Amino acid sequence: MNISIPETFGYSVLGMAVVFLMLILLMVIIIAMGKSAKNKAAAKKAPVQAQAPVQQAPAAQAPAVSKPAPGTCGTLNLRAVEPRTAALIMAIVADEMGVPLNELRFISIKKI
Amino acid sequence: MNVIAETMTSIWESSGFAMMFDDPRQLIMIIAACALLYLGLVKKFEPLLLVGIAFGMLLTNLPGSNVYHPELWDGVMNHTKTYADVFAEGGLLDILYIGVKAGVYPSLIFLGVGAMTDFGPLIANPKSLLLGAAAQLGIYCAFILAIVLGFTGPQAASIGIIGGADGPTAILLTSRLAPELLGAIAIAAYSYMALIPLIQPPLMRLCTTKKERECKMDQLRTVSKKEKVLFPIIVTIFVVLLLPDTAPLIGCLMLGNLFKECGIVDRLCDTAQNALMNIVTIFLSLSVGATTVADRFLTPSTIKIVILGLFAFSFSTIGGLLLGKVMYKLTGGKVNPLIGSAGVSAVPMAARVSQVEGQKANPSNFLLMHAMGPNVAGVIGSAVAAGFLLTVFG
Repeated sequence: MNISIPETFGYSVLGMAVVFLMLILLMVIIIAMGKSAKNKAAAKKAPVQAQAPVQQAPAAQAPAVSKPAPGTCGTLNLRAVEPRTAALIMAIVADEMGVPLNELRFISIKKI
Repeated sequence: MNVIAETMTSIWESSGFAMMFDDPRQLIMIIAACALLYLGLVKKFEPLLLVGIAFGMLLTNLPGSNVYHPELWDGVMNHTKTYADVFAEGGLLDILYIGVKAGVYPSLIFLGVGAMTDFGPLIANPKSLLLGAAAQLGIYCAFILAIVLGFTGPQAASIGIIGGADGPTAILLTSRLAPELLGAIAIAAYSYMALIPLIQPPLMRLCTTKKERECKMDQLRTVSKKEKVLFPIIVTIFVVLLLPDTAPLIGCLMLGNLFKECGIVDRLCDTAQNALMNIVTIFLSLSVGATTVADRFLTPSTIKIVILGLFAFSFSTIGGLLLGKVMYKLTGGKVNPLIGSAGVSAVPMAARVSQVEGQKANPSNFLLMHAMGPNVAGVIGSAVAAGFLLTVFG
């Protein structure tokens, strides 16, 4: 099956258009799917939040949870390290030392 | 004494050593097979496939081996022979080649690929599908150039698909449209895929500025299990309905992925990822290598295919990068254009190259997961492109 050069250009443009069309269609479907999943998750959360004040009353009578150590809950600046790796290192250090993670203060983590 | 001499002569005449001198091209092919074995075994160029292809090439070109008969397949193409004749008259590799000719092996390889692929980054960032589409540019550029160089439409389409950087897709399309070029196209496709870390970086640096390469991307959202399970089903329905010729590839890719994501058929997923994938890889590589018979492989067409393959790969990379640059501009610098080059399938090698280049420009850059989106989108994109070419020329 021999085809002419103009036909070749026609097929090429059409071929690229088909690929784009198909993947754009998929993109729209995936975006719609993502939005639907997000809405469902939000709808599930809403009733839980509405019931929250009722659940807080008995919680107040429960023994007080140990206060976070000073220095925690600050901003964690990660440089040249993935959050997952940093979290892993901090969890291992806490486990090895036998000290809860919220009582440890990490100033820096350096590769030896 | 005479009897011994006659027997010795007879043994010599029936041996492959004597036959080798009938056609010196076979010797060249044996040397080429050994060179490919060296690349696969020592240089680790796509060894899982290249070693099998090279060994198939070696077996088929050893005179007198009779493992593969191209004239038998000419008969099948001309409808003067049937698959039953192949079983009756064919050698071992003829019988294994039925799986290539019928499109069984590439589809089963896709089943395994699907079972190993995480489409999460693509679902988290659906815009990366556009990069996967743009990176199919090389397919059509090489297709045009192949026509200019004198190939027929189906041959040009088979050569162009090398730009999809997807071995099984290239093999499936070529076995349907231009089986006479299968060996050359498969070898070119897998060789260039192995050479992606050498081919892509210069083009990436050429097409992007340092500022663009330094761009850091936001962390991807978490994708729910439900979305991951629904994805293969939805893709199969939409893509196959629109382009029915993609059914074997997209169907198997998505079935494998469904095995992985549903989490309740672990045994099937494990088989698709390992045992089945390995068995089919052996059959596929050996039978593709067998098609490289000296008198059909050592032609000017093979050299043209090798050059066109490189052209296709380069233009696919450039296509992805250019759209990446457009997205960088449109999003105000939120998309690093380097992830565009990963749209050329070749999972996960192309994504790794994006990661390495991004980190060279900015050591705190982590592009791997962002590049996996266009990378897996490229697999779908090249299957769609192959489906289109099959519809037109099949």
